Amino acid sequence: MSDKKKNLPKNSELQPDLVQLQRRLFLRSGLSLGALSLLSGCNLQDGDQVDKVLWAMSRWNDRVQAMLFRPSHLAPTYPASMITKPFPFNAFYDADSAPEIDGDTYKLEVSGLVRDKRSWNLAQLRALPQASQITRHICIEGWSAIGQWSGVPFRTFLAHIGADTTAKYVGFKCADRYYSSIDMATALHPQTILALDFGQEPLPTEYGYPLKLRVPTKLGFKNPKHIAAIFVTNENPGGYWEDQGYNWFSGS
Amino acid sequence: MATADQPDSRVRIIHPLLVRVVHWINAFAIVCMVMSGWAIYNASPLFGFDFPRWATLGGWLGGAIAWHLAAMWLLVANGLIYVGYGFLAGHFRRHFLPLRPRDLLRDAKDALAFRLAHQPGIYNAVQRLMYIVVLLLGVLVVASGLSIWKPVQLDGLASLFGGYDTARRVHFIAMAGIVAFVAVHLALVLIVPSTLLPMLTGRAPRHSRNKTSKQEQQA
Repeated sequence: MSDKKKNLPKNSELQPDLVQLQRRLFLRSGLSLGALSLLSGCNLQDGDQVDKVLWAMSRWNDRVQAMLFRPSHLAPTYPASMITKPFPFNAFYDADSAPEIDGDTYKLEVSGLVRDKRSWNLAQLRALPQASQITRHICIEGWSAIGQWSGVPFRTFLAHIGADTTAKYVGFKCADRYYSSIDMATALHPQTILALDFGQEPLPTEYGYPLKLRVPTKLGFKNPKHIAAIFVTNENPGGYWEDQGYNWFSGS
Repeated sequence: MATADQPDSRVRIIHPLLVRVVHWINAFAIVCMVMSGWAIYNASPLFGFDFPRWATLGGWLGGAIAWHLAAMWLLVANGLIYVGYGFLAGHFRRHFLPLRPRDLLRDAKDALAFRLAHQPGIYNAVQRLMYIVVLLLGVLVVASGLSIWKPVQLDGLASLFGGYDTARRVHFIAMAGIVAFVAVHLALVLIVPSTLLPMLTGRAPRHSRNKTSKQEQQA
């Protein structure tokens, strides 16, 4: 298992890619497209048209995945002996830059299509029913790692805040400027949990203290860390990576 | 050369229109899938190397995945049309069968000694084996790819491969097999360039030693 760790790209290695993203070099790759257009005889010079097709296909793939999603089908679980140690760190910044959050003053904001918009502190979240799971975290980069997360089943939390579960999306805003969103069917899945613990301990800083959404039916980047606010909505809130081109549904 | 309006008795159709169309769509889809797949591989290499950037498609991981998961529909839809045609129209039975070990041994020996003559419209035993194997690799690459894409929703399929991590390795190996096929396929086109035009026009000069079946002429 430790060899996986070695294979992980360091943040410094990802940095050039991030710079590229910011320059909005989105789905285009001039050289490859040139090669492809020679091969196919099609005019692929207009990158914007190609981008439109790729975005449209990604939205189509969202719909297909929503259809494939089985609301009560559980992700495989594993024995504690199979937990990956050390568990890989991954974010759009270095582990050193993970936000330091004071658990005593922490508040989880709730808004949108919910009955009760009062915010929550950690003691209140710990007082709710808890569940634990040992599941495989699959990164969009291809690597995977098995970890244990415990916390409040998300559907229990949604029931407590009186969420309109006929709404389409649940959005998350995080303390590290990250944001993401999931479909309501996944939000109500029995293994989707608001994780407070990683292993037997409260979430360490780099794994999302104090609150992380654990969704074993989606790729790792759909598991936001350091959650500061949750909202229920019918407008797709997108996400940090999703808005740059990662497939929005990204179910596994 | 014969024109479409005036069929010439000296030429015949060796590649039906449907086969030609799916062949070139497949070629485009395979190039998209392999190049974008290599870019995805580079994000977290399974083995001790990565693919050169110029050989990848998509620019960054998000772009590569967008290409891969768009082109997969083209690859699979086109592949299903071909396989459906192959079975229903008797294309597989007529061209890939029979495949006898004795013929295979003989043709493999001749091929290695560069003594195996190319007969337009007739596949020798080595070619038959290669086409059958690459079709099976196609099934394998799609099944393992689906297991990587949907290891939870299609966990039954993923467990056939021993789970997500093994499915990644199977997907890589199936890709490598297909790329090896393409390399040999292209090398043979270079050695026997007269095979290229018939895949565009469908037509080949009538070979004196071959007799053409009525089915082939109609196709």
